[in-house]
Amino acid sequence: MMLIPCPWCGPRNETEFHYGGQADVACPGDPHAVSDAEWAGFLFFRDNPKGVFTERWMHRSGCRRWFTVRRDTATNEIHDAGAHEDEERTVTV
Amino acid sequence: MSGPFRLDEGGRIDRERPVAFRFDGRDLQGLAGDTLASALLANGVHQVATGIRYGRPRGILSAGPEEPNALVQIEKPFPEPMLTATTVELADGLEAVGLPGQGRLSPDPDPARYDAVHAHCDVLVVGAGPAGLSAALAAARGGARVVVADADTEFGGGLLGSGEMLDHAPAMEWVERARAELARRTEVRLLPRTTVTGHYDANYLVAVENRGDDAFTRQRTWHIRAHEVVLATGAHERPLVFADNDRPGTMLAGAARTYLHRYAVLPGRRAVVFTTDDGAYTAALDLCGAGVEIAAVVDARPEPPPFWAKRCAEQGIPVRAGHAVVGTSGEEHVTGASIAAFDPDTGALGPEEHHDCDLLLVSGGWNPAVHLYSQARGPLAYDEAAGAFLPSGSVPGVHPAGAAAGLRTTAQCLSSGAVAGVQAASRLGLEASAAPRPETDPHPVPKGRPLWLVPDPEAGAPGRQFVDLARDATVADIDKAVGAGLTSVEHIKRFTTIGTGHDQGRTSGTVSSGIIAGLLGADLSEVGTTTFRAPYSPVSFAALAGRERGELYDPVRVTAMHDWHVERGAPFENVGQWKRPWYYPRPGEDMEAAVLRECRAVRTGVGMQDVSTLGKIDVQGPDAAAFLDLVYTNMMSTLKLGRIRYGLMCTADGMVFDDGTVMRTGENRYLATTTSGGAAGVLEHLEDWLQTEWPHLRVHLTSVTEQWATIALAGPRSREVLERACTGIDLDNADFPFMSWRHGTIAGRRARVCRISFSGELAFEVNVPWWHGRQVWEALYAAGEPFGITPYGTETMHVLRAEKGFPIVGQDTDGTVTPQDLGMGWAVSKKKADFIGSRSFSRPDNTRTDRKQLVGLIPAAGEGVLPEGTQIVGTRVLPEPPVPMLGHVTSSYRSATLGTPFALALVKGGRDRIGQTVYGHVGDRLVPVEITDPVFYDKEGARRDG
Amino acid sequence: MAPRTPGADLPDHPDRLWRSADPESSYDVVIVGGGGHGLATAYYLAVNHGITNIAVLERGWLAGGNMARNTTIIRSNYLWDESAGLYEHALKLWEGLEDELDYPLLFSQRGVLNLAHSLQEVRDGVRRVGANRLNGIDAEWLDTEQVAEACPILNTSPDLRYPVLGATWQPRAGIAKHDHVAWGFARALDLLGVDLVEGCEVTGFERVGDRVIGVETTRGPIRAGRVALAAAGHTSVLADTLGLRLPLQSHPLQALVSELLEPVHPTVVMSNAVHVYVSQAHKGELVLGAGIDSYNSYGQRGAFHTIERELAAAVELFPMFSRAHVVRTWAGVVDVTPDASAIMGPTPFEGLYVNCGWGTGGFKATPGVGWCFAHTIANGEPHPLNAPFGLERFTTGALIDEHGAAGVAH
Repeated sequence: MMLIPCPWCGPRNETEFHYGGQADVACPGDPHAVSDAEWAGFLFFRDNPKGVFTERWMHRSGCRRWFTVRRDTATNEIHDAGAHEDEERTVTV
Repeated sequence: MSGPFRLDEGGRIDRERPVAFRFDGRDLQGLAGDTLASALLANGVHQVATGIRYGRPRGILSAGPEEPNALVQIEKPFPEPMLTATTVELADGLEAVGLPGQGRLSPDPDPARYDAVHAHCDVLVVGAGPAGLSAALAAARGGARVVVADADTEFGGGLLGSGEMLDHAPAMEWVERARAELARRTEVRLLPRTTVTGHYDANYLVAVENRGDDAFTRQRTWHIRAHEVVLATGAHERPLVFADNDRPGTMLAGAARTYLHRYAVLPGRRAVVFTTDDGAYTAALDLCGAGVEIAAVVDARPEPPPFWAKRCAEQGIPVRAGHAVVGTSGEEHVTGASIAAFDPDTGALGPEEHHDCDLLLVSGGWNPAVHLYSQARGPLAYDEAAGAFLPSGSVPGVHPAGAAAGLRTTAQCLSSGAVAGVQAASRLGLEASAAPRPETDPHPVPKGRPLWLVPDPEAGAPGRQFVDLARDATVADIDKAVGAGLTSVEHIKRFTTIGTGHDQGRTSGTVSSGIIAGLLGADLSEVGTTTFRAPYSPVSFAALAGRERGELYDPVRVTAMHDWHVERGAPFENVGQWKRPWYYPRPGEDMEAAVLRECRAVRTGVGMQDVSTLGKIDVQGPDAAAFLDLVYTNMMSTLKLGRIRYGLMCTADGMVFDDGTVMRTGENRYLATTTSGGAAGVLEHLEDWLQTEWPHLRVHLTSVTEQWATIALAGPRSREVLERACTGIDLDNADFPFMSWRHGTIAGRRARVCRISFSGELAFEVNVPWWHGRQVWEALYAAGEPFGITPYGTETMHVLRAEKGFPIVGQDTDGTVTPQDLGMGWAVSKKKADFIGSRSFSRPDNTRTDRKQLVGLIPAAGEGVLPEGTQIVGTRVLPEPPVPMLGHVTSSYRSATLGTPFALALVKGGRDRIGQTVYGHVGDRLVPVEITDPVFYDKEGARRDG
Repeated sequence: MAPRTPGADLPDHPDRLWRSADPESSYDVVIVGGGGHGLATAYYLAVNHGITNIAVLERGWLAGGNMARNTTIIRSNYLWDESAGLYEHALKLWEGLEDELDYPLLFSQRGVLNLAHSLQEVRDGVRRVGANRLNGIDAEWLDTEQVAEACPILNTSPDLRYPVLGATWQPRAGIAKHDHVAWGFARALDLLGVDLVEGCEVTGFERVGDRVIGVETTRGPIRAGRVALAAAGHTSVLADTLGLRLPLQSHPLQALVSELLEPVHPTVVMSNAVHVYVSQAHKGELVLGAGIDSYNSYGQRGAFHTIERELAAAVELFPMFSRAHVVRTWAGVVDVTPDASAIMGPTPFEGLYVNCGWGTGGFKATPGVGWCFAHTIANGEPHPLNAPFGLERFTTGALIDEHGAAGVAH
């Protein structure tokens, strides 16, 4: 049961979160301009390192916000959670 | 009388409270405070069980959870398999039998309750012996929130059975003072009878509390998140390996001390003590003091420890250094031991001499209980001097202390515990200091010399040097494994089954590694040990299942009108976590009759359905329209206020993901509905894209599923019902056209009324706040009674929509179906630059012309309803397998309206096959079916306006 | 009466298994990964294709990864033709494997029930049974009463939170003893002269342009005519050294056993909705598996709540298990693909072949994988049975989606 540091709610049990795999995989700006192979890359191919992995979590049972965590996939040690300190923490417009 | 081997005084048993129990059919008596093992020993019963492979008698080796031998099946109060007699608390009426290594489950329902508890603390101290209590005192005095968990019924750990003194008084007085101080502190929680079974990521530990059969909850599983953990888990004594080392009456030296001091039981009258460790001398002296004749202390080391040898000499106990026990006699109980001169370096044995005895104490040194440390990814290293694997390196926030860290004396344990407590507190920023250490008995630090194996003087004798008593695995088994070519301790363990028993090799692990190292000529540090895995000791399934059973296995979600459906006798269908009425049978009706009646009512009169379970997402913000354009395949930004549009969603791979309607409820506000089971997944999908791909869009998503109760009114007379019940809306087609919504009032409640139809009939959906759901439902029902309004369930809804060819996502799709496959290309915008899934439509596989497409099927005249899931083939006669399959039936019903069974199916190139006959493979028959358009009823859509 | 000795009936292992070899400098084929798949592949290379100058390189102890950690279920009742073909070929090989390897594999065809707990699961089950039968695979649909007959200890009461509405039943499915399988292959390979090299971790590849000509290992470089990856959860780590991108994610998959119990459970039960799978092994222990943990991990450990959920499911379905005890839990690292089907075939690198992505299905496929992967390596092109399992399917979109219908109806 990992302790995942939600930047908005604080550290919480892993069971409160939804996992989102590798972070920072952007959808191609114009999907229709890329080849089938490049599109497949976006759809299906993700890094799978043994070691530090920059990944996405979403605080499903809390603020429902997505954020980034750097975690060692060999030890589950969490290095840091997103550089969100300077980000606005309000969720109302 | 609680047995002939019970001493007249001493012990921590309650002599005023005799306890009657039954073992292997014999009625016996023990005392409150006994374990089953101590009560049996008090009665002179040594044989408890038999070995799993050879059926040899087995006794009681230990006094704790490390017991490999004394396996029992509890019969009463309720059957429980495979407990160790050494950990079963004696209770009135307890009935147990010995086991040959295999337990029995009861077919009767377990009457007990189990529960889960969660706790957070600064410092969790595991083990309440001298080290644990010292740590807890230091941390608590420093202001830390402390939890102390200990498996035993009483705190004290090793002090419970050692008979030693602290500050010149019995050590248990100090234990009681420490416990009392901890109990007084409000920020300290004491958990006796609680075994910490697992140590997981980030100091998350799981413990199981045994509260007893009479407690409201028999066992509770604690989930503890601790900032710091002190592991004061103690150590387990190792037996020695020699010929016939498994006879009842063979016991660990420390266990004998425990039976003496804690339970006031003599485990025998005349003992041979075989040791390679100084610790066993204390046992010999203590037993001698209690009247046990010590035939000899047999020390395999060439030189006996002078301090202890002198004490033995004072008591007249013969010490035979440089000797080993090489064999035993007796069947159900040991009757003697053979000893011989022994050179531990060469293994050479001298001539045997026989000593009568009824108790053979053994000590091969101590294994620190490093299980939790290892589970916490703490590295272990073999320590030559200790002859054991010890914690090495460090794990942040984890502090091994006392015997678990390899320390031997009470003084060392007290000190190291206090240090651990102070360290833990200081990592929390608390200032703590250790109290003065109580004064201990002035004994030297015990030393030992590991001895893994005493040769069998009968070379070639069949395996009788037992390494793992729980698995009946012998030195011969290890020898065979090594002979077969195996070199890894993991392979040898699997070959011999050593360490895989209920005790997970607590007493056999290091010993077997030592023997393997000897046979391979390798260093023990290279051979290593097998991995320590949770749980530390066996945990019942029920304790871990907790209360997640029956109704609580998964939350039950019900609508505001649920009780009404129950009152009408509706059976329910599980849809995700929801309970939805399936149909409403009238007396004497089966499902088929009920559904035909309900369908007829909607097609010819009016019906009503509770559709509150549909997912509802409130989409708000200046960019809401742009967002909806990106997530639906069709255009949403052109939707006008007050209007509603069907919407189809795909995942990025172009497969249909969900569908529903979107209604525009404000300038920058929309309400999107989803399938009942898909709501949570859709919201997560939308949030994912919104937050991580399009963070620039000013949109907020809120689930309002349980804010709105929704009632569908369907059928040609639905407008008439609404006219009676609803005010504030002009209901005629011109003012209230199809796919629009209006505000009105029903039963005094403000309602949002939509013109949506999932049946093809004139239909309305009434949305009111959840709280008013039942009131409004009943008002509509009352208003509909003159028209014979008929409540209908999911089955009728399915039939009606299928007659119209409306697919259900998840039933007529399976994650491999595109909008085009469904014939819903009309819902895929050609104007939008992009939306989720759009790019995937042009991948090669998605442009194949022989993709499976949604079509209708009509079975040949006289055939019944095709089972849903039926495979479709193209030939009238089945060829040999593999038979090419064209597709399968996704939905299939009887139809009152069509007068024939019909089905929806996904069929390869299906749209080009309309009019063809293909075959449904039903059982061993092929049923001819005609492929049709999927819309069976009212193709022109004439009925939706009534 | 002589005491009962429930442990006395198990077969003994042979007196000779294998000798761990030191690596030579060069082989015709180097197989990376000494698990079940690597061993079976080497075996069929030798037996079917006459190639014996092979090294199987294992970084730890032979068959110590997922082969030692799985719940040993064998079945072939998969939905799609491609999967059914491969798994059924494997099952047919399983049926002759004890004789072939002359090793007691404790292969027990006690049948597998896949339970349905919702109307949609019933539809999916009927669909799969129909597809299986047309593919020549033994499969039946059982209603609730028949399920109760097949497994009397199962809770088939309608009061269950998710009642058992029926099940698919494959009589020829069952379990085998995983170590025995691995050791049977290893012993046969030892006799065939194949080098089984333990404690030899592959750290990279030797290549000339886009041709792989050998591997770098912790025990020195080894040249190879062909290199075959069969490294399961660690495939990505190896592929990364070549810059070869594979659509794999490595996840923990946990399992557990109880103490030894008198026989109560006659078959194998799997449930998706009440998620657990259970059999009772030959010695008497209950063997249970759970779902995979959601996050990527190479840690060979999973989260405890997964275990708790699994036991809740187990007690829900089998009330009799209430007071059985968990004796040991563990985890493997499974490599999962986007469509839950394996990848087996050539790679963009000449001389390099890959077999991965078996997720939770690897053990049951073992001999089938060996057969087809050996064919692929020997001929430089896939066997017809594994041709659909190539990497290109992720680009074309021709997935073999074994997730099945996960949706829930209106």
